[in-house]
Amino acid sequence: MLGLYLHRESPVHALPAGWKLAGLAVAATGVFFVTGPAPLGAALLACLGLFALAWLPARTAADQLRPLLPILLVLFAAQAAFADWETAVVVTARVCLLVLLSALVTLTTRASEMIETLERVLGVLRPLGVNAGKLSLMLALTIRLIPVLFDLVQEIRMAQRARGVERSALALLVPLLVKTLRMADTLGDALEARGYDPR
Amino acid sequence: MTTLSTRDLVHCALFAAIVAALGLLPPIPLAFIPVPVTAQTLGVMLAGALLGAKRGGLALVLFVLLVLAGLPLLAGGRGGFGVVLGPTGGFLLGFPLGAFVIGWLAERLPRGGNVLTLFVACALGGIGAVYALGVPWLVLVGGLPVEKALYGSLAFVPGDLIKAGVAAFAAAAVRRGYPTLAAH
Repeated sequence: MLGLYLHRESPVHALPAGWKLAGLAVAATGVFFVTGPAPLGAALLACLGLFALAWLPARTAADQLRPLLPILLVLFAAQAAFADWETAVVVTARVCLLVLLSALVTLTTRASEMIETLERVLGVLRPLGVNAGKLSLMLALTIRLIPVLFDLVQEIRMAQRARGVERSALALLVPLLVKTLRMADTLGDALEARGYDPR
Repeated sequence: MTTLSTRDLVHCALFAAIVAALGLLPPIPLAFIPVPVTAQTLGVMLAGALLGAKRGGLALVLFVLLVLAGLPLLAGGRGGFGVVLGPTGGFLLGFPLGAFVIGWLAERLPRGGNVLTLFVACALGGIGAVYALGVPWLVLVGGLPVEKALYGSLAFVPGDLIKAGVAAFAAAAVRRGYPTLAAH
């Protein structure tokens, strides 16, 4: 199954997703009011403590930052050049903290639980015309369609390679879109044939 | 959302999945320039141009929700809240807005537009609207000076212009191959 979730038996994993999201929101806002390197360092240590509490090794935490390394370096260099060293350290540490905290939430919460929680949160928007039932159907359909589409893309690429047009983006996109739009119509008919009522 | 038919629901889910599948792909090599295109913003442009403002925007809202939920759907297998709270998160949040703007423009083109007008719509929405969220986010979260953030983002504009061209050609061709799409 695709997902970034890492299963462990820990209090962090057991915490309901809603609490983790609320905590993340508070921490993410709060971090912008922390301006000194010392309190930020303490916050980073506390964050690594939470990783330890969730039984996630320090390497997992480092893995979260690795894809961001180039942009972190640019940030640090720009700040060091335009402002001063202290600001550069503070800004970079702040971004690291935000990324680590949110990665912690993602790593310790199942995607299915997160989707349920997001649906409940979006249920608040019902007066604005947001229909949580339709939303969850669409999310489920999307998750189901991703591997199907990935296979289709590979299939069409193979076919185009056999025709010698593998370097053309259009030769991939147009058949993919026409084929999947037809598939979508069949899927819609199948849903309604099984009694799905969009109202 | 109450006016969405079953077909609309499936189309939104389909384009959300297309954007995701384009991100899982190795970058598509283009015939005419050596720079490969990571195809995800191409999906944003196609969703807007083919589904219109409301359904195109909704398709990308679905995509963003799934990324938030922790599915590694962004190019390079990234996902989760870290991406949104990181310095480039504004570009992701700009996806739904971009698709909406492209759709809004495309709906106002005479007879659904031709390749040229669709290209302009894709460029305005896919670059203008997406960067309008992405660049301030880079300034705010990343703490980069405005001109530095703008200058850095400009490096991606040529690639995005090519994507807008590809999206316009593809959208026009798909409309011919599947004419009932715009009929509602």
